[in-house]
Amino acid sequence: MEQLWARCNNCRRILYKQDIMDNMHVCPTCHFHFRLSAVERFFMLFDVGQFELFDEDISPVDVLQFKDQKKYSDRIKISQTKTGLNDAVLSAIGMMDGIRVIICAMEFAFMGGSMGSVVGEKVTRALERALKEKVPVIVISSSGGARMQEGILSLMQLMKTSQAIARLEKAGVPYISLCTDPTTGGTTASYAMLGDINIAEPDALIGFAGPRVIEQTIKQKLPKGFQRSEFLLEHGMLDDIVDRKKLRPYIIRVLRLFTNQPR
Amino acid sequence: MEKEKDFYKLEKNVIEIKQKIDDLQESEDPLKEDKIARLRTKIEKEWAGIAPELTPFHFVQIARHPQRPYTLDYIDALFEGFIELHGDRRAGDDPALIAGFGFYKGKTTAVIGHQKGRSTRNRLMRNFGQPNPEGYRKALRIMKLAEKFGFPVVTLIDTPGAYPGIQAEERGQAEAIANNLKEISLLRVPVVNIVIGEGGSGGALAVGVGDAILMLQYSFYSVISPEGCAAILWKDQGAVKQAAENLKFLAKDLKGFGIIDEIIPEPPGGAHVDYETMFKNLDKSLQKTLSRLKNKTVEEMLNERYEKFRQIGIYEEK
Ligand SMILES: [Zn+2]
Repeated sequence: MEQLWARCNNCRRILYKQDIMDNMHVCPTCHFHFRLSAVERFFMLFDVGQFELFDEDISPVDVLQFKDQKKYSDRIKISQTKTGLNDAVLSAIGMMDGIRVIICAMEFAFMGGSMGSVVGEKVTRALERALKEKVPVIVISSSGGARMQEGILSLMQLMKTSQAIARLEKAGVPYISLCTDPTTGGTTASYAMLGDINIAEPDALIGFAGPRVIEQTIKQKLPKGFQRSEFLLEHGMLDDIVDRKKLRPYIIRVLRLFTNQPR
Repeated sequence: MEKEKDFYKLEKNVIEIKQKIDDLQESEDPLKEDKIARLRTKIEKEWAGIAPELTPFHFVQIARHPQRPYTLDYIDALFEGFIELHGDRRAGDDPALIAGFGFYKGKTTAVIGHQKGRSTRNRLMRNFGQPNPEGYRKALRIMKLAEKFGFPVVTLIDTPGAYPGIQAEERGQAEAIANNLKEISLLRVPVVNIVIGEGGSGGALAVGVGDAILMLQYSFYSVISPEGCAAILWKDQGAVKQAAENLKFLAKDLKGFGIIDEIIPEPPGGAHVDYETMFKNLDKSLQKTLSRLKNKTVEEMLNERYEKFRQIGIYEEK
């Protein structure tokens, strides 16, 4: 019985699960955008049945033999079992309204979507494939930032991915960054802020430092709506905020414009 | 974890001897050269007993030592006729990140570096070396200026991290860092990075990537501070030393991962005990690195820079 119902994180209403799902995981009452898995993103954006995954077999390694309250190697296993994925990003190539496009979608459920060697490598390979095949690329971020358990290797993924974007830019291959809740830390300080177009879903947390860290540093309460999509739009960091239901048509329009393919 | 001694306690004897050296240097003593040399040997002996016992957190304490030479000290010692240039031409100037031009070995060179303050007032003015977006944008402006005139770029890294503040977020801290990374990868002049103290996360990285990364022996370069890591993963500040150990952020670790090119040795006791030797050691490595880079064509250099970061990362592939 209980699987049929879900409570909205925002308005706290009890809702029929199927209604949320039919509504692209957006609350029918208050418009709250629930988090989506990477695979759900692909089904939502690509033409029906028109995509294939690539670079699927890259898995994380506990290089530092990192152990906090749990071993990193155990955290990896738990996340892999929970999500069915090897790490926190999936790459796919396919069609959107007949236009060939590469999409990387981050998986927040895998260790908070944190970026370690695998995420950095997969995003870089996707960007390099986009460069080689001259195919537009979209990265959908949902990440708490760099993965601490891989130490400096994680930090260097910021540079690895950003320099690949520099090459795309020089070659004139369009790159769209979609920030979803949450996009913070090293992910924001690299590919998430480097799109030719930076867009976000409504009310997503987007920032460099986490709100708690800022609060502790400045010792005052943060203003309402701080680091939310609307705040970033107001401060000139985003091109637009796009409702989930309008995302596919919006991105198709951008792709048509930037590849000069009117209907 | 076992109780470990604070570094500031460990170095007590070394500092006492150093004080004597400083006093002698000020004095008119005709035998002072000899006496100083003897005291230096004494420091070496003391240090030989301390150095093997140093833990990663001790390295952190050395890297953050309030007497450690800062960016401006290196500029004074090694760059002639330095002029500091201010402002990002967008919103403001950032005293936490210094940028300008000077002559290094007779050649115009851009120098960019985090600056921590020494007195309380100075520290506040420098925001403890934690840049705002203006700092990163100013740094990039100076790098582009260097590119325009064909001058090499040297960066000195010493920051706890990018400043976590309201205005910093409003003005795009993340965008400023990301944009620097992207632009540095295309810069058509040599870029040498030297971690002189704290290499704190994205705030260090934004001016901490290039053709060659060098690290001082007791510096560190990390994805997060040990305090931040302890707070997030252990939810316990008692775990700071454990975090410092686990993060593997010392120069020798990064050398092992192939991320940095060279470890610059520090004098016995650490850089703060003997500025002159520290300047000499850094000078030697910097000169060698710049002349190595000078012999490359721009295309060669850019490809090697790309490959350097392209290779970083350890994973398994079936
Ligand atoms: Zn709701």
